[in-house]
Amino acid sequence: MSNNSASNSSLAIAQKAVKQLRLEASVRRIKVSQAAAELKTFCLQNAHKDPLLTGVPSSDNPFRPPKSCVLL
Amino acid sequence: MAADSLSRLSKDPCENAASFMKPSGRQTSARWSHGSECKLCRFITDTGFIPSSLISLHPSNPHLFLIGAVERAARKAVQDTTLQEAVASITVVGRVQMKTRKTLRGHLAKIYAMHWGADANSKLCVSASQDGKLIVWDSITTNKVNAIPLKSSWVMTCAYAPSGNLVACGGLDNMCSIYNLKGKDGNVKVMRELAAHTGYLSCCRFLSDSEIITSSGDCTCVLWDIETGTQKTIFAGHQGDCMSLAVSPDFNFFISGACDFTAKLWDIREGQCRQTFGGHESDINAIGFFPNGNAVITGSDDATCKLYDLRADQELITYQDSGIMCGVTSLAPSLSGRLLLAGYDDFNVNIWDALKSERVGVLAGHDNRVSCIGVSADGMACCTGSWDSFLKIWN
Repeated sequence: MSNNSASNSSLAIAQKAVKQLRLEASVRRIKVSQAAAELKTFCLQNAHKDPLLTGVPSSDNPFRPPKSCVLL
Repeated sequence: MAADSLSRLSKDPCENAASFMKPSGRQTSARWSHGSECKLCRFITDTGFIPSSLISLHPSNPHLFLIGAVERAARKAVQDTTLQEAVASITVVGRVQMKTRKTLRGHLAKIYAMHWGADANSKLCVSASQDGKLIVWDSITTNKVNAIPLKSSWVMTCAYAPSGNLVACGGLDNMCSIYNLKGKDGNVKVMRELAAHTGYLSCCRFLSDSEIITSSGDCTCVLWDIETGTQKTIFAGHQGDCMSLAVSPDFNFFISGACDFTAKLWDIREGQCRQTFGGHESDINAIGFFPNGNAVITGSDDATCKLYDLRADQELITYQDSGIMCGVTSLAPSLSGRLLLAGYDDFNVNIWDALKSERVGVLAGHDNRVSCIGVSADGMACCTGSWDSFLKIWN
């Protein structure tokens, strides 16, 4: 009957959704303290290599033409 | 028969107990103290039983209600602190002031997308505009290395292959067109047209010269074999238009942001969604990986950006300001991840201290919406593209 097949397919869809949600619910999680510490460490350890953070001196800046001094 | 697998979930008046009928016909029940979802979580874990359907309790599917409770409980269980507390001892980054170093002029209409090449030395980038052109720029000389006319001018995205050999674009034509920049006779031609999406192409990113991932308004993402022009894997699960995608630094995963307000992490080879992140109150327009690959940053029409940690499986921080009331269109982290550059509908780019969640700078210079932003491979500069038809290079 069409009623049955309709509820069958919505049941199938629901079961598929449940299966996916169970998969996502079962992921192994680490503590926020550990996650936060590692984000912080990564930022601090790489800070010196981050040109937008440290600033780029004009002499090293490929987007700025080097200024030349004119001696009068 | 469908009826046999159904079971009833009934609630007692105090609303913190439920009885379940197992498929075997045996009845069992659970009680949990008001507001505590952990006991429910343990019950479901211990018995392995989740009711297969609910008739009376919840208007929508009860499984979703209960598993949502399980997931919330599990995420809460690892919340031993907040990112804010963890970074309390470090000081906010000093004011970041960048200047426009170059303006790339040449497009005749709104720019919708830009992408830097992966080669740090060449400083090449590609941009796509609804003037029907894809332009590859040398950002240092501002010369146009290639100006590629497109079949369809309704382009919404573009990408540069890591090898530098190919570029791709797509939009309202529902296709992803691949162009070979290094053809034998020097002409840039369409190499492949990847057609199968039933909605607009919102974003594309190359894994290599032979594989590309696309996201579409048809709510799916697809992994394509460029050689054969066929779909290798379809990633279905979003309940709204997929707007943006980003590939993990190790190329094993990608993340997608959609109009169902969620971001999903996908395992490329397994073809599965591993995790879903919610919390946004409107469409997610932009998404990116934190440089170490362990966190995801999203930008939304709800005027906020959020950082989700993949391994803690939850949101750690929201970047918002009462003064910002317009949507986020694009975002890019700096090389160390400390700075988050985000483009907004109000024509500006806000620079956030990603750890302290404070605004530390603004890039103001465009006369219309900033539609795309990218940080170069060596982190030396940031490029913004706008509806004002210009691209600007800042540092």
